[in-house]
Formats: sequence, C-alpha cells, structure tokens
Amino acid sequence: MEKTWNNKAWFLVLPVLVLVAFSAVIPLMTVVNYSVQDTFGNNVFFWAGTEWFEELLSSSRFWEAMVRNLIFSFIILAIEVPLGIFIALNMPKKGWGVPVCLVLMALPLLIPWNVVGTIWQVFGRNDIGLLGYYVNALGIDYNYVQDPFDAWVTVIVMDVWHWTSLVVLLCYAGLVSIPDAFYQAAKIDGASRWAVFRYIQLPKMNRVLLIAVLLRFMDSFMIYTEPFVVTGGGPGNSTTFLSIDLVKTALGQFDLGPAAAMSLVYFLIVLLLSWVFYTVMTNYDAER
Amino acid sequence: MARIDVNHVRHSYLPNPQKDADFALREVHHTFEDGGAYALLGPSGCGKTTLLNIISGLLHPSHGQLLFNGKDVTNLSTQERNIAQVFQFPVIYDTMTVYDNLAFPLRNRGVPEADVDRKVRETLEMIDLASWAKKKARGLTADQKQKISLGRGLVRSDVNAILFDEPLTVIDPHMKWVLRSQLKQLHRRFGYTMVYVTHDQTEALTFADQVVVMYDGGIVQIGTPAELFERPRHTFVGYFIGSPGMNVMPVAIDGKTAKLGSQRIELPGVPKAGSGAIELGIRPEYVRLGRDGMAVSISKVEDLGRHKVVRANLEGREIAAVIGEDETVPADPKVRFDPAGINIYADSWRVEMGA
Repeated sequence: MEKTWNNKAWFLVLPVLVLVAFSAVIPLMTVVNYSVQDTFGNNVFFWAGTEWFEELLSSSRFWEAMVRNLIFSFIILAIEVPLGIFIALNMPKKGWGVPVCLVLMALPLLIPWNVVGTIWQVFGRNDIGLLGYYVNALGIDYNYVQDPFDAWVTVIVMDVWHWTSLVVLLCYAGLVSIPDAFYQAAKIDGASRWAVFRYIQLPKMNRVLLIAVLLRFMDSFMIYTEPFVVTGGGPGNSTTFLSIDLVKTALGQFDLGPAAAMSLVYFLIVLLLSWVFYTVMTNYDAER
Repeated sequence: MARIDVNHVRHSYLPNPQKDADFALREVHHTFEDGGAYALLGPSGCGKTTLLNIISGLLHPSHGQLLFNGKDVTNLSTQERNIAQVFQFPVIYDTMTVYDNLAFPLRNRGVPEADVDRKVRETLEMIDLASWAKKKARGLTADQKQKISLGRGLVRSDVNAILFDEPLTVIDPHMKWVLRSQLKQLHRRFGYTMVYVTHDQTEALTFADQVVVMYDGGIVQIGTPAELFERPRHTFVGYFIGSPGMNVMPVAIDGKTAKLGSQRIELPGVPKAGSGAIELGIRPEYVRLGRDGMAVSISKVEDLGRHKVVRANLEGREIAAVIGEDETVPADPKVRFDPAGINIYADSWRVEMGA
C-alpha cells in the first residue's frame, strides 16, 4: 500500500510547539544569549565568550553554595523518604481514618511556599514564636538568626514538615494497590513483619518511590522561597543555596552575564543528576 | 497432619449479624478426618472460601470453635496453626528467584539450609520448574507463577493440612490434569489432610475421596462422588453435579406411583411422608429413550462426542436424556424412567423410600 503524505498533521502539533517555544525554548535562549555577553546597561552588549563560565567554575562562592545544596538535598531525602514510608505503612487502610489522614497529609502541600516560609519564620522566633520561645524556655539555646546550625535545623525541619506528605501519599498509593492475598500468603508462609515489608511492600512501592525521590531531589536542589523567607541565606552565607546565590547575583548585583552562566550550569546539573537518579533506579529495578 | 473439627462455626462479615441472611457461613459442623482428601464444591458465593479461611486462621469465625487433633485452635494465629494454603490467583515474591520463593516458608521457620535445599529441589522437580530455579520470579507466565504458589504450599512437610482455594483456575487444561494427579499422588504418598475448594465438579470428583457440597452458606451433602451422583440429598446437588444436571419435576405421590400430569410413574418404593412440595428427580443418564413409555417431543439433540444429550418436552416440561453415541432417536419417541435412578424430594430435601 502506498503511504499517503499528509502535512496537515503538523497543524495539530503546532500549538504545542508554540507553547513550548514561548514557555521554555525562547527564555532559555535569552539566557544563553546573556551568558556569553557583558552589559553595562542601556542595552549595550559586549561579546564575552566563555569568560563568565570560566569565572563561575573557578569561584569558590559557587562551589560552596553547590556543596551546601547537595548536603541539604541529601539530608532531606534521608529523612523524608524513610519517614514517609514509615507514616504510609502506619496509615489506616480502611474506615473513617483514611479520609482524615489523607486530608491531614495533604494540608502542608496546599500551603504556598512563601507562606510556609513565613509560618516558620514566626514559629521559630525566640521572642514571639511558639517553637523558638519554648525551646529556649527548655534551656536549649536556639536562635536561627545567629547560629548557622540552628538555621540549618530550622530549614530542614521546615522542608520535612512541608514535603514528607508527598512521599507519604505516593507510598500510600503504592501500598493500597497490594491485593489482600499477598498479606494472607505471607501469613501462611510465616513471614515476619520485616519480611512482609522487604519482599511485598517495598517492591510494590518501588516505582512510586522512584518518582518521590526524583521530585524531592529536584525540588530541594532548586529550593528558594522558604529558606529565603526564613533566613535570607544567612547567617552569613550558611544557608545560601544555589538558587538564592543566583538571585543575589542576578537581581541583587544585576550581573546578568554571570547570572545567566550560572543558570545554565545550574540547569545542566539538575538535568544531569535527575538523569543519573532515574537511570540508576530504573536499572536497579530492571535487574531485579 | 491433623484431624480438623469444625464445631458449629458461623461467620458473618457484618459487624452485627441478626438474621440468617447476614451470615456468609450459616452453620458448618463437620470433621475433616486426618489424612483425608476433601473437596469443597459449590457455586461462587456459597461460603467455600470463607470456610477455608476460617480453617487457616485468616478469618476469625463469629461463632463456633475449631479443633486440630482435639486441641482448640480458634484463637491461634495462622502461623501458629501451621497450615499451608494456596490461593486462587498466583502470589509470588517478585524480587526473589524461583528457588528463594519456595525456600521462603521454610527459612521463615528457621529450617536448616541443608533441609531447605533438599525440600526445595524436590518440590521444584514436582512442579516441573527445576530449570527455572535461578530465574527471577517476576518474568514468569501466569501458570508458572501459580505453580510457584502451589510449590510454596507443598514444600513444608510438617503442616497440619494443605488448603487449596481454586488453585488451578489460571492453569491451562493440560497442566491442570497433570498437577491434579500430582496432588493426588502426593496425598497418597504423604497422607496430608487436604481440603480443596472448587466450583468445578470434575476437579472435585477426581481429586477428593469425600466431596462436601456447599450451598448458600451451609453444607448440603457430604459424600463420595458416587453417592453425590446416585443419591443427591438436595435438589441443588442434583442440579449442580452432573452435566446436564438432574431433571427435577413436581409430582403427586399415590402409594408406589408418582403422577406427573396425565402420566403415572412407577417408583421403586413408597416414599416416606415429607412436607412441602413433592418433586421427582432423575438424572439424564437414567432416562431411557425408546418406543414405549411416556410420549415426548424432541426439541434438540446435542452430540458431545462420547454421548448425545437429548432435550425433550414431557408434559410441558423440559427434560434431558443421555443416550449412547451410536443410538438414534426413534420416530415416535417415548421415555421411561429407570426406577434405580429415581429420587423423591420433599421441599427440596430427599426422602427415603420404603419397600
């Protein structure tokens, strides 16, 4: 049979192409454009080549922010994933408790980022904040404005409070899809609680966990609003993550060239790390 | 291996059962003898699986008691009862190899690895998956998976009983036959107490020494395959067992004869008085088609290869008769009922016939 060529189909794809062009490709290209030029205002640009990239990669400020960001992502993943699994395992599977738990879990997810930041900013203050005041009253010296460690604890606890629910909901969805027969068979086979988790529940949660880890990694690696609202990147630079640093460069100092170069490198890192995560986890999955 | 006494067990899935209809299991009182092979036969929803799960401890009965070898186990957990059970749909541990799947129930109970290895290899031979031992279980076909489930049920030799919940539903017909005869063989060799739930009468009749027919949450008859066939205690058993099922028709009794419309049918004896609607039941195998007897009109002849099923109309009522493959239907067909195959039912329950 002869193949009929019908180019009208392109019209159907066109809206998507236009949308993607305006939402992603064109802005990204502007950033590429900025990253290789220098400007002193008045829309006068000078060719800078790879200068900004070289400067960026040799700047200790960038690497420090990156290391801080990696540590932050690692810590919140290490807390949120096990904690999320633990909560999901202990949530009721039927009865009135299900909707109650689901709503409670979904609540933090519904709060806008800057509101979360503000909540914790106030919550942690040691003059009027409920948390800050009582922690200090207990004799623990806690002050997230002055102490880098306290600032980190606050930012991490805030992120755990805000996002563990996401892991919980994803895991819970995986758990309720397990047919009863599996648990019955495990009872017959004399499996321990741990064996049930290891050989029935965990394998079933595998896929949703992959999604949870990816989402939480990307989000935490790009985190901006909440730490910015709470600590403003301080004390000093102790909670200055990549995005906070980027905004400082771009909007604080108005160095468009270096900021653009940083954006691109940042983007490539997120892309690369997500790809690595995805490949490693899907390969592991396929092997088993 | 154990004798299992099911002592006046009732079960309801509702929190507050009031009337009989609330019970999935109305009342079961029965003893499964040590080393017996039983089939629980009945239509979907009759309570077979409920009864099985009560025996294995996955369900706790609302009322009644369960004894293993005379010891009350009603409140013991599934693990403590030491029972093997195979489910209708394959349950496998995806991330383990076939070998580890079979070893799982043994390792959970702390069996020494040397014994595990011996038992697992033996079982693998039996279910014909020896060459798959090192493969991951997830890539297998549905019937291979079910064989693993079956294998996990058979791998422990010290169990009190092995329960099967329609285990061959997903297996293809040839393999079904092979596995069924292997189960039968196993039973003879090791003398396990086996309870086999099925809605397939062939499966029940070939597997079991004793078939327990369940209907609507209760046991209607327990007997050997032959008893169920010749003397169904309840019209349901007559319908359910045999293909086609028993012909049942309302009659009036007059001494040693039954009146069906204008016809009079000779009975082998005088039925003992029973209350309620009186019916006569006769299996198609005992309906003789010939030149004398009651006039019928033939509506259809189904040739099944080994025999023919004749659908006919007798006194305005459909009946079935089975005739030999080489027999033909006469031009002016008439039927006679062989007295040996006649049963009389009062209110659906069989009544004895005197001399």
